[in-house]
Amino acid sequence: MNYFEFVGMILPRLLRATVVTLELTAIGVGSGFVLGLFLALTRVYTHRVLSGIANVYIQFFRATPLVVQTLIIYFGLPPYFRAIGLRPMSPFVAACVALGLNSAAYQAEYLRGAIQAIPSGQMLAARSMGMTKAQAVRSVILPQALRIVLPSWSNELIYTLLYSSVAYFVTLEDLTFASMKIAAKYFRAFDAYSAAAILYLVIVILLSRLLAYVEARLRIPGLSVDDRAR
Amino acid sequence: MPMDTSASDVILRVEDLHKRYGKDEVLKGVSLELRRGQTKVIIGPSGTGKSTLLRCINQLSVPDKGRVWLEDVEITQPRTNINQARAQIGFVFQDFNLFAHLTALDNVALGLVKVRKMPKRDALVRANEELARVGLAEKVGSYPAELSGGQKQRVSIARALAMDPKLILFDEPTSALDPELIGEVLEVMIQLARGGMTMIVVSHEMGFARAVADRIIFMEGGVILEEGTPAELFTCPRCERTGQFLRKITELYGETNGR
Ligand SMILES: Nc1ncnc2c1ncn2[C@@H]1O[C@H](COP(=O)(O)OP(=O)(O)O)[C@@H](O)[C@H]1O
Ligand SMILES: [Mg+2]
Repeated sequence: MNYFEFVGMILPRLLRATVVTLELTAIGVGSGFVLGLFLALTRVYTHRVLSGIANVYIQFFRATPLVVQTLIIYFGLPPYFRAIGLRPMSPFVAACVALGLNSAAYQAEYLRGAIQAIPSGQMLAARSMGMTKAQAVRSVILPQALRIVLPSWSNELIYTLLYSSVAYFVTLEDLTFASMKIAAKYFRAFDAYSAAAILYLVIVILLSRLLAYVEARLRIPGLSVDDRAR
Repeated sequence: MPMDTSASDVILRVEDLHKRYGKDEVLKGVSLELRRGQTKVIIGPSGTGKSTLLRCINQLSVPDKGRVWLEDVEITQPRTNINQARAQIGFVFQDFNLFAHLTALDNVALGLVKVRKMPKRDALVRANEELARVGLAEKVGSYPAELSGGQKQRVSIARALAMDPKLILFDEPTSALDPELIGEVLEVMIQLARGGMTMIVVSHEMGFARAVADRIIFMEGGVILEEGTPAELFTCPRCERTGQFLRKITELYGETNGR
């Protein structure tokens, strides 16, 4: 069997695993965004205690390996879950939780930077019109901060896609783990892994294009460097 | 402008405001009163507390002591709904502070929708009218980054006007502008003053002050040193310091802009 026949044979299994990888990425980045936004707002707009707690969370998840976090969540927590009468998480749920909690810490930092990049006068102007702080954040600060954060957010999406291979550590068959199993079964490591790599590559290219398109659509006229500028 | 003495005509009353930043006492007991339709121009050296005074009026800065009334509502009272009070006090900033992600039209409409709870369609109609009033009918679809400084400042004036404020506070509205753009902004402000808008203007444009100020207030070191009509202040025999300052800024800024 040549390379292409082999890849053709394993492709259905790889594609099923790719769906798992995409699900992990979407749920990880999505839940990470919601939690990260909450953390960023807490960091910027609350005082010492709450802001400090958010900071400890962010530092913890950025200063420890994702693999270790995943192992704690999947293998470390079940006894405590059982102790309070909960069922342990499935591999899929555990991987989503690990990716989401981890990504939240990074997204929180990107969002915090973006929020703080909005000139403070705009908040003053909004408040001076009688808007509440919450209204000002929602209508004035966030629409701009989210545009600013989009490039780093695109990186975060791609990183999460690649890091979703921690699924291996919770025995969840994602694209990476599927290719490992195939490599071992047929003794064709290069063929199996290169096929997986190409699939990752295709997904990353498609995502990057989509995000570049979204960025261009949301660009604020007059604010960015001219497209034709050198 | 004829002075009406009935107390009900007082739009704004500021009583003994004090404000401290760390060790520095920036406001050391400032009191003033503004009647309907009056324009008061505040002048004074940099760092004297003029901006702080304006911010303490709408509570963007919280004064340490003293009281502020908007008509018969005491806005320094903790129980007063401060957002409702601020919605009635326009504020125009030195550096415009337009919302960068919104067109001129949406900048003006935002407060109407969010604060006044006006339906979006009505808000846009009103915003169009206000922008036309400041001479920007052609620019409603432009984003702030696509406008000149003078145009930005006129949008920010339209944004304040749209809220139907009882008074407007201007904090050095032309200080960030290139000289050739100052005139178009002052022209709008002169029209407002002549149209009966109640306003406090921190500005060193003496031409403007002479044209429309009912009173000029000279502030220095956190207190009001002098208050009087333009004529009184320019010829004030008592107040050496005010005279010096006036001569200096007249030299610096000239008198031609306000017409
Ligand atoms: N938020 C602030 N924190 C600390 N000091 C401030 C703040 N705002 C103003 N000040 C100080 O208060 C003084 C008066 O400032 P300001 O009211 O801006 O003066 P003006 O508008 O007359 O130039 C200045 O010395 C300034 O440094
Ligand atoms: Mg100032």
